[in-house]
Amino acid sequence: MSHLERTISALQQRFPHGLLGTAEFRGDITLQIDSASLVAVCRYLRDEPTLCYNVLVDIGAVDYSPQEPRFALFYIVCALAQNTRLRLKVLLPGTEPVAPSISGIWPSANWPEREAFDMMGIGFEGHPDLRRILMPADWEGHPHRKDYPLGYEEVQFTFNKREIDARKKYATS
Amino acid sequence: MGAEQKLGNMGVVTTSLETVVNWGRAGAIWPMLFGLACCAMEMIATQAGTYDASRFGMELMRASPRQADLMIVAGRVTRKMAPVLRRLYDQMPDPKWVISMGDCASCSGVFNNYALVQGVDEVVPVDVYIAGCPPRPEALIDGFLKLHEKVRGEKLARWA
Repeated sequence: MSHLERTISALQQRFPHGLLGTAEFRGDITLQIDSASLVAVCRYLRDEPTLCYNVLVDIGAVDYSPQEPRFALFYIVCALAQNTRLRLKVLLPGTEPVAPSISGIWPSANWPEREAFDMMGIGFEGHPDLRRILMPADWEGHPHRKDYPLGYEEVQFTFNKREIDARKKYATS
Repeated sequence: MGAEQKLGNMGVVTTSLETVVNWGRAGAIWPMLFGLACCAMEMIATQAGTYDASRFGMELMRASPRQADLMIVAGRVTRKMAPVLRRLYDQMPDPKWVISMGDCASCSGVFNNYALVQGVDEVVPVDVYIAGCPPRPEALIDGFLKLHEKVRGEKLARWA
């Protein structure tokens, strides 16, 4: 019995309502977790001596717009001793997506959660310092959302050079 | 040693103040030591032995903007970096010049999106633009020479 199988059966026993489903793609296991029981699942994964997932590798956020639930969070956790990786998936609604923060369990969640907040506008309840990490502090909007405009500016060529020159704001000394 | 002896038979050179000052300025432009992206690698190569910017009196990259005459914007400027860049420019003493090195600094290159300033000339006034992605050291040196040309042609009325 592999460590991954042991993990899944332990979670199924312990959280019959929190574990919403499992999916496998080419050997990668994804467990869908209810956002209400995320903190409990994560704490169990870390503290249970037979599981011992001691590293949170990364957190990713996906915008599935226009599907509903629109957002998904991915947590990649790793058990170093068993060399096993596991992916947790949490679905969030399009209006006011808020997930519980797990930075109290793995401190390495702090900055990835800030990144997900900055780029996707996903809130994290209980985060110690939730502010933008990549964009300037006064930035409006969340750039990685699918409905965010890319901000394309017209490219200057010889045929439209004068027209763009006329309206471009050049800095002065 | 008296003045007569020192002058010897060298004679007298007459010139204008403008020419002398511009000659002095063009011969010792100190760039500021900072790079923003991959263009900085080429800037470093320009300073190193093979290309040797000290041939143009530009070997001294100053880490402090207060000792620099030239800002080489080597790389793309993010919107977050733009106020920092402008602040560095404002801290440089007059006279000062700006070289926009590479496509990204000049017009944001291939990155036409929300995150980058579309041309650093929106933030600081640029004297010389250098094309290339990134420009080779030869191109940067050509930009230096173009800047020297410009400095040598500056008018007294402008800097007085």
